[in-house]
Amino acid sequence: MNKVVSRREFLKTSGGVALFIGISGLLPQMIACKNNKEVQKLLKKHQLTAWVKLAEDGQITIYNPAAEMGQGSMTSLSAIFAEEMDADWSKVSVEFSPQESEIYGSDKWSPNNKVMLSAGSRVTYGYYSIMRQAGAQARYILMNSIAEHWQVPIKELSTANGEVINRRDNKRIGYGEIIPYLYMPDKLPEFSESEFKDPKNYRFIGLDLPRVDIPAKVKGTAQFAIDIQLPEMLYGVLERGSLHGARPNLNNESEILALSGVLKLVPFDYAIGIIAESLDQALAAKKLLNISWSEAPASGFNSQDCYKKYEKIASEKSAGKVITNEGNINSAIKSAGKTFSVDFKNDYVYHAQMEPLNAVVQVGTDGNSAEVWVGSQQGFDSKLGVPSYLGIPAENVKINLQYLGGGFGRRSMTDFVLEGTGLAREVAPRPVKLIWTREDDVSYGAYRPLTLQRLKASTDAQGKITGFSHCVVGDGGNLVASGIQIDYYDIPNKYAEWREVSEGIRLKHWRSVGHAPNKFAIECMIDEIATYFKKDPADFRRILLAKSPRALATLDKAISMCDWYSTIADNHAKGIAFLERSGTLSTGICEISVDRKTGIISVHRFWSASDAGIVIQPDNVKAQMEGGILMGISSVLKEQLTIVNGRVQQSNFNNYEILQMSDIPDSVETAIIESREPPRGVGESGTPLVACAIANAFLKLTGKHLRHLPFTPERVLNALNS
Amino acid sequence: MASQSLNINNKKYAVDLNEDTSLLWVLREHLGLTGTKYGCGIALCGSCTIHVDDKPMRACSLTLSALNKGQKITTIEGLSKNGDHPIQQAWVEAQAPQCGYCQSGQIMQAVTLLAENPNPTREEIKAYMNGNLCRCGTYLRIVKAIEIAAKKTSVKT
Ligand code: FES
Ligand code: FES
Repeated sequence: MNKVVSRREFLKTSGGVALFIGISGLLPQMIACKNNKEVQKLLKKHQLTAWVKLAEDGQITIYNPAAEMGQGSMTSLSAIFAEEMDADWSKVSVEFSPQESEIYGSDKWSPNNKVMLSAGSRVTYGYYSIMRQAGAQARYILMNSIAEHWQVPIKELSTANGEVINRRDNKRIGYGEIIPYLYMPDKLPEFSESEFKDPKNYRFIGLDLPRVDIPAKVKGTAQFAIDIQLPEMLYGVLERGSLHGARPNLNNESEILALSGVLKLVPFDYAIGIIAESLDQALAAKKLLNISWSEAPASGFNSQDCYKKYEKIASEKSAGKVITNEGNINSAIKSAGKTFSVDFKNDYVYHAQMEPLNAVVQVGTDGNSAEVWVGSQQGFDSKLGVPSYLGIPAENVKINLQYLGGGFGRRSMTDFVLEGTGLAREVAPRPVKLIWTREDDVSYGAYRPLTLQRLKASTDAQGKITGFSHCVVGDGGNLVASGIQIDYYDIPNKYAEWREVSEGIRLKHWRSVGHAPNKFAIECMIDEIATYFKKDPADFRRILLAKSPRALATLDKAISMCDWYSTIADNHAKGIAFLERSGTLSTGICEISVDRKTGIISVHRFWSASDAGIVIQPDNVKAQMEGGILMGISSVLKEQLTIVNGRVQQSNFNNYEILQMSDIPDSVETAIIESREPPRGVGESGTPLVACAIANAFLKLTGKHLRHLPFTPERVLNALNS
Repeated sequence: MASQSLNINNKKYAVDLNEDTSLLWVLREHLGLTGTKYGCGIALCGSCTIHVDDKPMRACSLTLSALNKGQKITTIEGLSKNGDHPIQQAWVEAQAPQCGYCQSGQIMQAVTLLAENPNPTREEIKAYMNGNLCRCGTYLRIVKAIEIAAKKTSVKT
């Protein structure tokens, strides 16, 4: 035990609210408890730490600090905790923790700043050491308490499956039975790596526990925010138009207010809100709104015509924001045996999470407090911006996190939470359920940005890559620049930059962010070069990855899984891609065929091999890879959001199609490379593999290039006829 | 406004609403049966799939006026008492759901598939389930779950 932390040091009182800061804290009830005497009383009682509640019968409740959007945080984070606590899993249940980042935040987002955020595939990475430490401390409290009671040195005790055991006389006591003897030591030890459980004794980590959220999800009882029902609840909808940022002018206010059930109209800068007694009444009124819209920065923008402008920007002499500059790219290109220059493009895509955005908000009568029920990926402000929106103290806002019907980045925005708050303020203290229709969700979405990418490469006469340059033109900073680095490739001269252009369209992280477009461009470029020099794309990458053994292991695994070098059916071909996302290294391979009459590409099989560090729940990793790859296929073959004169052209699943069951591959196989490195992110690793693997298979099959996402039948036919 | 009686999960519910009210809002917001989900509102996603006289229907595209003949309505809440319908069990065994939002609809659609065709081929599964979207990409596990359920029920019969 290297560092001892005094528990008292961490107990601070701010405005009469007891806050316990640090890994081990107080029970969630205490956080909200304003009565100091009450806090002391609770303190004396038996509760373990902020992370866990223990009952006399041994039932254990573990608090999950992350959002659950299907990625399995409920199970994997509590499995890490239960492993170090040495709990009996059959007695474990899991609840969302309070949204209090000082207690439940992770500093893996920004150093010295604790944040609760479920994004970027970082939940397991961000909480691995926290959950181990907290689980080990909970176990320590139990052992220390019973050591005192039994009057034996703690060294002589051990634990197994929810019991403390005296190794001398083999006397056992269940965790729940320790409650009468529990006491909180003044000092809680901080455990170091060597004091944690030996991985060979793991009972949960690396094995498959059934996901704890699944039973409720097959019964239909899992609660999403859209399912919340509160007494006196009203309904809210907004009309936002399809030109982002346009200002509304309502022409028929009195007509709308006269409609049955309509209580109030609430103007927003960019929308008109309606509050009604029932949802059907609110929606009926929404249809009858007569609004004149102002112009906005996006007016005049046409998403399918802008690439010419972007090509010009890519050709300009002055550089944008330089992201990578290693060696000397210019001299590499000047002295090259052969140079390549290729442009890649990608259109906007939309999140299409199955649960449309919504939130339930209740503002106190005096306007000085608020309670929110929401499916959120959380954020740097764990109160989701509500305190500053209402101008009230953070501790007066309570966020009740619900299951998310999909996140994919969209639910890390707070626009819908603040809209709900804006409505609820008008009718306080009655709660309001704000629902976005699917049409609202599509047309006022926040999309993965459209980009143009100019890649240049130089090789020597034998095809060894000497320089690699990548210029991305688009809007949104890291939204378009993420994934542009290729540290793992052994290329002496590397250069990458971002050139900004703004179109006034709302943008947001979309599963894997810039990785999908950028890796598409990079990996296709690698295959174009390999193909030019008549080299096998897998062998070609093997040389590039020679100095990255972990990366190479994924490549070797994937090519053996799919029998890469074997012959394949007529009109079928395989394509390969390698990439890093959220610290996870992955090789993906797909097998496709092309209908040359219709231009439809079919993906028959997909193989991937990933090194994600320590894997907590292998089957869940597989599920994430399957889902990520299917979402990738969907976006690559079907999804396209277009803008004409600033107006979003799509509105629902009829004109924004996503993958259906008839389109799925026969199999998606996932291999996990054994590793003892700390866990890294998996949720976004599958998606960016898809575009490049498909385009590379297409190149092998047809000798033609697909360089513009998505690969619609029309674009495929154009490529075939080129 | 018209008073109307609905037979849902073998229970009578009286509603007093406009007869053009969507059954989806009646179930979810007026009666609190929130297992049936809203995804698109225009019969394109299948999240709201229920059974009307044991046939799969999209609740979002039915209005109260279409349900005035005492039809038997079943929602996910009425499928089994303890969530242990063979399809639900197979869903757990395959660990099919991710976010879970589409899964009530998927399960309701799969139940009628197996009622009509106890041993479907993969192609038949895909064709029957094609209108039920899943953004999380759980399709492969849904197919697997249906195959598990089909195997178990066909062994019994
Ligand atoms: S909500 Fe009914 S089919 Fe989509
Ligand atoms: S499980 Fe999330 S949409 Fe199907």
